[in-house]
Amino acid sequence: MATTVSLPLPAAHTSHKYESGLWSWLATTDHKRIGQLYLYTSLFWFLVGGIEAGLIRAQLYGPNGHVVTAQTYNELFTMHGTTMIFLVIMPLSAAFFNYLIPLQIGARDVAFPRLNAFSYWVFLFGGLFINASWFFHAAPNAGWFGYAPLTTRPYSPGLNIDFWVIGLQILGISSLAAGFNFITTIINMRAPGMHLMRMPIFSWMAFITQFMIVLAFPIVTVALTFLMLDRFFGTNFYEVSAGADPLLWQHLFWLFGHPEVYILILPAFGVVSEVLPVFSRKPLFGYPVMVYSGILIAFLGFGVWAHHMFAVGLGPIADSFFSITTMLIAIPTGVKIFNWLGTMWGGSLRFTTAMKFAIGLVALFTIGGISGVMHSSPPSDLQQTDSYFIVAHIHYVLFGGSMMGLFAGLYFYYPKITGRLLSEKLGSLHFWLTAIGMNLTFFPMHFLGLDGMPRRISSYDAGQGWESNNHLASYGALLIVTGMIFFVWNWFSSMRKGAVAGNDPWGAATLEWMIPSPPPDYNFASIPNVTSRYPLWDRKSPHLTSEVPHGSAAESKIDVEIGGLSTGTMPAPSDTALNAVHAHPSAKELGIVMPTPTIKPFIAAFALGSVFIGLILHKNLPIMFIAATVFVLALFNWLLTPLEPEHHSIS
Amino acid sequence: MATAALDTHDSHTGGHPPTSTGLNNTKVAIWAFIGSECFFFASLIATYMIYRGRSLVGPFPHEAWTDPATGHVFKAILNIPITSVSTFVLLMSSLAMVLAHSAVVRGDRKSSKIWLASTAFLGATFLGFQAYEFTSFVHEGLTIHTNLFGSSFFILTGFHGAHVTAGVIWLLTLLFIDMKRGLTPDEAINVDVCALYWHFVDVVWIVIFTLVYLIK
Repeated sequence: MATTVSLPLPAAHTSHKYESGLWSWLATTDHKRIGQLYLYTSLFWFLVGGIEAGLIRAQLYGPNGHVVTAQTYNELFTMHGTTMIFLVIMPLSAAFFNYLIPLQIGARDVAFPRLNAFSYWVFLFGGLFINASWFFHAAPNAGWFGYAPLTTRPYSPGLNIDFWVIGLQILGISSLAAGFNFITTIINMRAPGMHLMRMPIFSWMAFITQFMIVLAFPIVTVALTFLMLDRFFGTNFYEVSAGADPLLWQHLFWLFGHPEVYILILPAFGVVSEVLPVFSRKPLFGYPVMVYSGILIAFLGFGVWAHHMFAVGLGPIADSFFSITTMLIAIPTGVKIFNWLGTMWGGSLRFTTAMKFAIGLVALFTIGGISGVMHSSPPSDLQQTDSYFIVAHIHYVLFGGSMMGLFAGLYFYYPKITGRLLSEKLGSLHFWLTAIGMNLTFFPMHFLGLDGMPRRISSYDAGQGWESNNHLASYGALLIVTGMIFFVWNWFSSMRKGAVAGNDPWGAATLEWMIPSPPPDYNFASIPNVTSRYPLWDRKSPHLTSEVPHGSAAESKIDVEIGGLSTGTMPAPSDTALNAVHAHPSAKELGIVMPTPTIKPFIAAFALGSVFIGLILHKNLPIMFIAATVFVLALFNWLLTPLEPEHHSIS
Repeated sequence: MATAALDTHDSHTGGHPPTSTGLNNTKVAIWAFIGSECFFFASLIATYMIYRGRSLVGPFPHEAWTDPATGHVFKAILNIPITSVSTFVLLMSSLAMVLAHSAVVRGDRKSSKIWLASTAFLGATFLGFQAYEFTSFVHEGLTIHTNLFGSSFFILTGFHGAHVTAGVIWLLTLLFIDMKRGLTPDEAINVDVCALYWHFVDVVWIVIFTLVYLIK
C-alpha cells in the first residue's frame, strides 16, 4: 500500500455552463458521469430488490407465514428476479462498462456519447415504468421468465403483465443501443498500440458481453413483441385455441435467457480478472486462454437454452444434445477458475476488501457452477427443476458470482471514481457478513430443494422437515442486510473521510490508473501509446512483466511513453503523471475538443418512454402519436447537430 | 519511433486519434446493428416457419379453404405475380442506391439527387404494393386475428415494411440535405451507411419472399 500518496483533491477543472447542478447531469455526454448515473440507479434498485427479498424471507421464515398474501408473494418473487437481473446486475455492469472501457482502452469517451446518454435515460425510464406497477397494485406476478400462455390476456387479465412486458421492452432498447455503442468504441477507439490482445481483460469480457447483448436481445424483443401484440391487439402467437405452440415462448425466451446469464456473469469475471493480478502482484495467468474461454462461453451460451426446458419432454435427441452442450460450457468456465487460481499461485497476495470479494467469486461461483453441471443431466434435472435447488443454484451464480465480482469492482474502482479510498475495516465487515450470510441463506436451499420444497410457493405446512433450513435461510438474509448497511455507511462516509487515493492506490497495471482520480473530463491529456498488456507495470515494476509479450523493436519497452513521460524519467512510482503536475488544465486549455453537453438524448428517451405510457393507458392513440412525433423530431434534431463545437459529424 | 507521436491529437478527429481500424465509427455501429437485426428477423421468420400449416382455420397462403360453417370458399390468398413485381422494384432500388452512393463519391450532384430520389421512390412503390396487398387480404377475410398464418404473416412482413419506411425517411433526409446544400464526397460515408441498411432490408425481403411466397 506504499503507493497511497497524500495529494490535494483535484479541484473542478472546467468552466463551462454545464459544470454542475441538475442540468449538468441531465445534459451530460461524459461517459464517467453516465457511468455514475448507472451506478447509483442500480444501487437504488438493489435496495428495492433487497427489500423484496427480505419480505420473501420473512414470509418463508416459518410454516404458514402471514406476512404477505399469496398474491403479493407472486408479485414479490417476480419483481425480485426482474429487478435484480435487469435493474441491478445488468446496469451495474453497464456502470463499469461506461466508466472503465474508455479509460482502459485509452480513449476520451465512447464512440457515440449522446447515444450513451440516451441508453441511460431509456434504462432509467424502463426501471421506473416497471416499478410504477406497485402504485397501481398491479406489479408483475408471473415469474421473471413470464411464461406464455400464462401471461396472455385470458390468464393474466390485469395490468400486471402489461407493465412487465412493456418495461422489459424499454430496457431492451437501452441495452441494445449501449451494445452497438460499446462494440464500436472497443473496435475503433483504442489508443495506439492497444492491440486486441493487449486490451485489459475487463474490456475484453465487456466486448464479448456486448456481442451477446446485441445478438440475444433481439430474440427476446420478438418474444415480448408477440406477447404485447397478443395482449393489446389480439394476435394469436400464444393463443393455444388457435393452434399456437405453448412452447414458442419458452424457446424464444430461453434462446435469449441463457445468453443472458452469461451477460450477467462475464462482466464480473472481467472485474475479478483485473483485481486478482493486482493483489497477487502477478500478470493474469493465461491471458489468451482467458480471452478464448470467454469467447467460447459466449458461443456455447447460444446453444444450451433447452436445458431450461428438460421438464417439457423434448425427446431423447434434443435432451442429449442440450445435455452435452451444457456439460461442454463448463469446460471454458472451469478453465477460467483454474486460471484465477494460477494467477494467485505464488503471488504476493494482499487481502484487501476487493481481493476478498474477488476470491469470494472464485469460491462461490464454483459451487454454483457445480450445481449447474448437475442440471445438465436430464434425469437429475427432473428431480431438481422448479425446486429450491434451482433457487440455490441461481443465487450462487448470480449473488456468489456476479454480485461478489461487482462488489470487488466497487471497492477496487471507488478510489478512481471518487478520489478517496473506502474504509478497509468496514469493507472487511461487509465482506464477511455478506459471505457468511450468503452461504447461510442459500446453502440450505440445496437441501430444501432435495427435500422437495417447490420454488415460488407463498407458504408451506409444518412437519415436512423444511422449518430449520428456512429458519437458517432467513437468518442468513438478516446477515446480508447487516453487511449492506455497513457497505452503505462505508460508501457515504468514505466520500468525505476516506484516505485520498492518488492516481494509483493499488499499484495496478492498466491505463485507467495513470490518470488522476477522479479523472478530468477528457481522461487523457495526451493519448497514451501502449506497448504491452501492463503499461504501468512496465514502468514501475518491470520485473513483473518480463514474461508478458511486448511490442516489436520499433515500439520496444525502452521507448514506452505514457502521459508524456518516457520510461526511466519517472522520478517516483506514482502520482507524477502529466496531469498531476499541471493540476488539471481544462480541456480548453489543452485544446481538446469534447462533445457538447446536450439535453436531446434525454428528450428523445422521454418521448420514447411516453409512447409506451400511451400504450399501457388502454392504447391511448393521441398520446402515442404525439410522443412518437416528439421522439422522431428529437432524433432528427440530435442527429443533424454536430457532436462537437467546431467539428462536423453525425453520431 | 513511438516516442514522437504523443502530443495532443488534432481536433479534426474529435479529440481522438483516427480510429483503430481506420473504419468510420458509424459504419462499425451499423454493422453491429445489422448483426442484431439478423437475429431479430431470424426470430420472426422462424416463428412464421414453425406456424406454417398449423392454422386451424383459413384463409391459407397457398391453398383454398371452405368454411365448414358458412360454406364460403376462400381462395389461396397469396398473389405471387404481384409480389414478384414489388420484389423486382425493391431489388432495383438497391441498384439505384449503389448509383446514388457512387454519384456522391464522385461529387456528381446532379446524379446523386436523381438516384437518391429514385431509391426513395422505388422503396415507396414497394410500400404501396404492400399497402395494396394488406388491404386486399383484409377484404378477403385475413387479419392479424384470423389465424396463426394471419398473425405471423402480417407481423413478419409488417416489421419488414416498417424497416423499409424508416429507410425511405432516411433516404428522403439525405435527398433533402443534398438539395439544400449538397452532399460532398467527404460525406459519402453517410450515404454508405444508409446504403448498407438499405441493402440489408432488401436481402431480408429476398429471404421472406422465398420462404413465405415461393415455397409451398
